[in-house]
Order: sequence, then structure tokens, then C-alpha cells
Amino acid sequence: MNIMQITAIGLIAALLVMIIKQQRPDIALVITLAAGAVLFILLLGNIKTIAVTVENMAQKANLDSIYLTTVLKVIGIAYIAEFGSQICKDSGEGAIASKIELGGKVLIMILALPVVTALMEAVLKILP
Amino acid sequence: MNVDIIFKIAAVGILIAVINQVLQKAGREEMAMMTTLTGIVIVLLMVVSLINQLFNSVKSIFRLY
Repeated sequence: MNIMQITAIGLIAALLVMIIKQQRPDIALVITLAAGAVLFILLLGNIKTIAVTVENMAQKANLDSIYLTTVLKVIGIAYIAEFGSQICKDSGEGAIASKIELGGKVLIMILALPVVTALMEAVLKILP
Repeated sequence: MNVDIIFKIAAVGILIAVINQVLQKAGREEMAMMTTLTGIVIVLLMVVSLINQLFNSVKSIFRLY
């Protein structure tokens, strides 16, 4: 999956959206949604290998796996929230987009809580 | 691999736009509205499976169970 293919798909999708936007703006939005999904699915293989190699390195450094899975989860939530809010912004719905982003932030904060509390305990132990 | 779905959706969209114009010129407003709705439903059905595949793969990679 080289960069030329990805750029070509993106440009063609943008062109198709422009063609259809005048008559049917709703179907144009569906095309952007489909193009975003297809482009990400094409990149999944590479992302998977990156995630697996990072995990192997963490295993070798016998790092506690809870931190790495939290980081991966945060990245996943951030990506999905950004995907949704960008599509809403494109369709002109700024309010819905900001709500999706708010949801993403809250969920990421929930995920980060255990790590933050562990950090606080570690710091308090060090202090006299 | 499933790049052609974008072109299918675009084709359906263009087809609906054309049919819509023809029906409106022929004076059949309600028919035009009906074809538009069916077209949008077809397009949404196509995209739903793609989005489902995307979300499942993201869930599996980022362990977002």
C-alpha cells in the first residue's frame, strides 16, 4: 500500500464529492465517509505491525502491559472520535462535532485515571 | 481491495440526481422524492457494512473492547 495509491484514492473521492455535491449533498457526505473508511482500512496492516512491534519491545523491557494497552486504547479512541467529528464538521454540523470530541476527551480521561493515580502514589512514596 | 465501493456510491448518487431531474421535468414530484429516498437507503446500506468493518478492525487492533 504505497502512498501513490492512497493519494490517488483520496483525490478521486474528492473529485466525486465535488461532482455530486450540487445535486445530492447527502450522498456526497456518504462518499467522504466511505473514502475515509477505505483509506484507513488500507492502512490497517501497517498499523497492526507497528502496534505488535511496540508491544514486543515493551515485553522485552518487561514493562507493565497495562500502560501500553492504555496508550493503544487512547490512540484508538482519539482516532475514532476525530474520524466522526471531522465528518460532522464537513457536513456543517459543528455542534455535533464538538460533542463527539467532548465524548472522546471524557472517555480518554476515564482511561487515564488509573495511570494518573498510580503516578501520584509513586510520587507520594518518594516524597518524605 | 474494497476501493470500488466509493465508485459504486458515486454512480448511485449520479444516477439518482439524473432520475430526479427527469422526474421533476416530467412533473412527477412525489416519484422524484421516492426515488431519492430509495437511493439514499441503498447508499447507506452499502456504507454501513464498510463502517462496521472499519470499527471492528479498529477495535481489534487497539483492544477497545
